[in-house]
Amino acid sequence: MDFWKNRKPCAWVWGVLAGAFFLTIGIFQGQFAVVWKKAVMICLECIGIG
Amino acid sequence: MKRLRLTVQLLFTIVTNGYMYGFLEGKIYQGSLKYACVPGLNCYSCPGAIAACPIGALQALLNQQGFQVPFAALGVFFLFGSLLGRFVCGWLCPFGLVQDLLHRIPIFKKKKRLPFHHILKYGKYMVLILLVCVGSMFLFGGYVKSPAFCKYLCPSGTLLGAIPLLGANEALRGQAGSLFVWKLGILIGIVLLSVKVYRPFCQYLCPLGAIYGWFNRFSLVQIHWEEERCVSCSACQRACPVDLSAQEVSRSPECIRCGKCVDACPQKCLHFCGKGVRATER
Repeated sequence: MDFWKNRKPCAWVWGVLAGAFFLTIGIFQGQFAVVWKKAVMICLECIGIG
Repeated sequence: MKRLRLTVQLLFTIVTNGYMYGFLEGKIYQGSLKYACVPGLNCYSCPGAIAACPIGALQALLNQQGFQVPFAALGVFFLFGSLLGRFVCGWLCPFGLVQDLLHRIPIFKKKKRLPFHHILKYGKYMVLILLVCVGSMFLFGGYVKSPAFCKYLCPSGTLLGAIPLLGANEALRGQAGSLFVWKLGILIGIVLLSVKVYRPFCQYLCPLGAIYGWFNRFSLVQIHWEEERCVSCSACQRACPVDLSAQEVSRSPECIRCGKCVDACPQKCLHFCGKGVRATER
């Protein structure tokens, strides 16, 4: 938890780098295809039917 | 600042929900832009939505068979969170805009917070843990996992997805049952409460706000407070829609970076700046 208290001035840069790293892993694991498949079908749960 | 924020909110909502054909035909956009996520809570079943919802994406990944770390969703949260924090809530979220507009309706005496705010504000973390994460991994609808937050709570899905889709698509309208009535009841409750209390969904229930709130302390976009120039007049706290003092603004996970404190400060000791970027002397 000290990370949150003793933050460095440019901790956001590490956050962006971590985000880019996670996105890259997500791409290689095909996770964006899973998201796309869900997003292009009408989500019945979202509209209160499913 | 107020007008600028409203303009940005409106433009961003229109651009990210600009698939007009969907509204006319009761269908949704199915192009490749939906590989990407928008930063705010924006149901991907909204007929106009041109990209995916980040909370929906997280749940879709947790709904897969077996467990896989949802790196794609984490990447979106880290990227937007580290750059913008809850600036996303204040400036880029369509459902935030809806609540802002409702709060402008000049009926009822306005309130910034609900009673027991100090307890209720943790509700969004409960929603994130219990509905979005645990619920999506363990709640089954038949033999497949269900996105529990979208199914039982999300008012953005009801407002931006269900109402326009069911309005334009007769086949879907015929299937609406008790679950739709439940979700409509939640939406009506939040809409009515939004007229009196400032952004009740964002303050107490939004899992995306809970996530971006963690990034508020160190995100690039910050509101900088020059303590040495402050005369402790509390004008900023009176203007703040979520009742934060000048000391709390930059660190609090509740600050949505709306900028009302910046406008209100008579000494101009609060201003937007980039983290790690030296604030300009005035």
